[in-house]
Amino acid sequence: MINVDLTTIWAFIIAFAVFAYVVMDGFDLGIGILFPSFDPGRERDRAMNSIAPVWDGNETWLVLGGGGLFAAFPLAYAVILPATYPLIIAMLLGLVFRGVAFEYRWRDPSHRRLWDFAFTGGSVVAAMAQGMTLGALLQGIEVDGRAYAGSWFDWLTPYTLLTGLGTVAGYALLGATWLIWKLDGEGQAHARKLALRAGAITLVLMGAVSVYNVLLNAEYAERWLTAPEIYFAAPVPILTAIVAVSLLRAVTKERNSKPFWLALLLFFLGMAGLGVTIWPNVVPPDVTIWDAAAPERSQVFMLVGVAITMPLIIGYTAWAYWVFRGKVDDEGYH
Amino acid sequence: MFDGLDALMLARIQFAFTVSFHFFFPAFTIGLASYLAVLEGLWLKTGKQLYLDLFKYWVKIFAITFAMGVVSGIVMSYQFGTNWSVFSDLAGPVIGPLMAYEVLTAFFLEAGFLGVMLFGMNKVGKKLHFAATLMVAVGTFISAFWILSVNSWMQTPVGYEMGANGQFLPGDSWAAIVFNPSFPYRLVHTVLAAYLTTAFVVGGVGAWHLLKDRAKGGANLHARKMFSMAMWMAAIVAPIQIVAGDMHGLNTMEHQPQKVMAMEGHYNSYPDGAPLYVFGIPNDEEQRLDYAVGIPKLSSLILKHHWNAPIEGLDTVPDDEQPPVFLVFWAFRIMIAIGMAMMAVGVWSLFARWRGKLYDWPWLHRAALVMGPSGFLAVLCGWITTEVGRQPYVIYGLLRTEDAASPLAAPAVGASLLAFIVVYFTVFGAGVWYILHLMHKPPHTGELGAKRGDKGPIRTAGITPGPTQDPTDATTRDLSGTKHEPEEAP
Repeated sequence: MINVDLTTIWAFIIAFAVFAYVVMDGFDLGIGILFPSFDPGRERDRAMNSIAPVWDGNETWLVLGGGGLFAAFPLAYAVILPATYPLIIAMLLGLVFRGVAFEYRWRDPSHRRLWDFAFTGGSVVAAMAQGMTLGALLQGIEVDGRAYAGSWFDWLTPYTLLTGLGTVAGYALLGATWLIWKLDGEGQAHARKLALRAGAITLVLMGAVSVYNVLLNAEYAERWLTAPEIYFAAPVPILTAIVAVSLLRAVTKERNSKPFWLALLLFFLGMAGLGVTIWPNVVPPDVTIWDAAAPERSQVFMLVGVAITMPLIIGYTAWAYWVFRGKVDDEGYH
Repeated sequence: MFDGLDALMLARIQFAFTVSFHFFFPAFTIGLASYLAVLEGLWLKTGKQLYLDLFKYWVKIFAITFAMGVVSGIVMSYQFGTNWSVFSDLAGPVIGPLMAYEVLTAFFLEAGFLGVMLFGMNKVGKKLHFAATLMVAVGTFISAFWILSVNSWMQTPVGYEMGANGQFLPGDSWAAIVFNPSFPYRLVHTVLAAYLTTAFVVGGVGAWHLLKDRAKGGANLHARKMFSMAMWMAAIVAPIQIVAGDMHGLNTMEHQPQKVMAMEGHYNSYPDGAPLYVFGIPNDEEQRLDYAVGIPKLSSLILKHHWNAPIEGLDTVPDDEQPPVFLVFWAFRIMIAIGMAMMAVGVWSLFARWRGKLYDWPWLHRAALVMGPSGFLAVLCGWITTEVGRQPYVIYGLLRTEDAASPLAAPAVGASLLAFIVVYFTVFGAGVWYILHLMHKPPHTGELGAKRGDKGPIRTAGITPGPTQDPTDATTRDLSGTKHEPEEAP
């Protein structure tokens, strides 16, 4: 079914980078989204400290996703970014506020509320923009020759608003489950409540997006609803339902890390669903991964780099997480 | 607000604005990461608390600067696609992989070890912590390596083939692309510039506290140490930088002659020796340098090492292939002037050191204080020289800037430009303010580093505040976010 060539390998590498970004920075952004619901004193400090040592590494996956797309599928990079221009700019500016807030809030106690607000605002804007960009991609981008040919506001539709909200809710779920793992006492109890709500909203929106996908596009519908494709596609929603139930149960029972891993699995299934939906296009409806691929020499050169560095990156990233394992204590990590 | 500017010009202004702002941060963190590694290494080697204090003093400043560098850097990595999509599509196969290598070999390394460097001292022990600091320092250098390779390829493109679809495709050898003709010179020049920038910031802060201490009749050993280290850097690196810059200029003359013509303000050719203009108002319309003040034949001597060597001017270049001269001419002169002033301060400090007066000459300290931020201006001017000097091309001689932009309408780009200007000035202005606040406080025994928590700092056993600690110390705690909390016993 899939002819494994360099281009396919690269599609999977980019997909991996995007997935790594979505789940890793997803829980950082999720904590930003949920931040106002935490008590401004100790709870917020702890929530922030639980991600302070790792957020920067998490965000780097976004640069790999973007940079990798630029390198491996330059045409896709050159079409998607102008097509979603206001969303990308909004995301970048949101990430600016979110990123500096990590440092600034400790440097300026008299304006801490302001930087906490920037932390939340930046996280919400970035999450919403990322989700809407995904929606804009899924609903299809008009291409003429080698350039974006749509109009200014193609990216703004009910569908993209739905994917945007779904992403915000999903990130909040990741953030809440991360905090269940890293906090104890009242903070953890609070995170459990948040995880339940965010989880319920995420599932509803995921369902809505899925239904919308099938209604939106005859080709998508065919992919999901007819044989033989349905045999490959059907396990995705079934597994999603199973994971969703386990997740909500794990949140309510006194589990520590399990809700987080199940939320991760939920995102993985969502991602797999997206893969089934758009494959083999990189810019639906017309540009396939092979149309957009960089030449073989570029692919090979980078593949060598990925093969050598990726195990190292995963190794030392895992080590950094290991160093800061366990519950956040009162001094943050010190 | 931007009436009369077309989408192309707005996109150019936006790129120039965001990249200029961005580069201030790595220009400082490349040097500062190395300085921190040196300080921590000296602490491990000698066991002297002084070095640990200095490490913790500067690591707080590093953390803020690094955060600003990261968030403004992500903007750059996406702006190629948002605003220069034609360029991205056409050049992606060649420069995309180099940028991917930057992410894989540098960004992850820096980010992965930064958390341990900032917060992990008590978790991993001294040696592993030092290793993490080294990884961050190495990461900043590797990052410079790749991004300067990309920039240099755009200045001196080699090793490519033209694809049937108009794309630049990599040729047989990636080494030819990575190590393109201007790359080694640009790399050395830029990294030295980052070291000098940091040296003068550190020296300026040291000088500030030496001056303040003199007024109070005290002597801050921490300030002395950082001032001394910074002046060694200035004395050694500034002359090397001038030589490296000269070699970079000669390389530019070989590969991008128009840029050097603009730098020199040479609208005309000089068949028997060209003057070095120290002043002039470039006039592109009339193709002449107004109010020119020059030293006869000196330009030929510098560029060709002979008084009477002929030098070609912009009269040999069609008008539509010339860079705008004014910016290049003046940015170049400001950079050179700062470089000379840096060397002068370095030499002055050597003299003071020889006389045993390094910590006693207030005018030297005042000069170092004034020169504190000069590295940033020099770096900015250097980039203006090289980037504006490459115009009207984005890939020199091959792809014009005007043919490289995204199909965006002017209002869209104008709105994003306005947003960047407002956000950058507010957010990074606040960051710079916090940094200045940290620099304003004197370094002292028992620095707290990047610690942060809701219960106040935990005193390290056995370290009591030294006699140099002064009342401003209360602000230290204020800014690390613990003022209102009672301090806990260890």
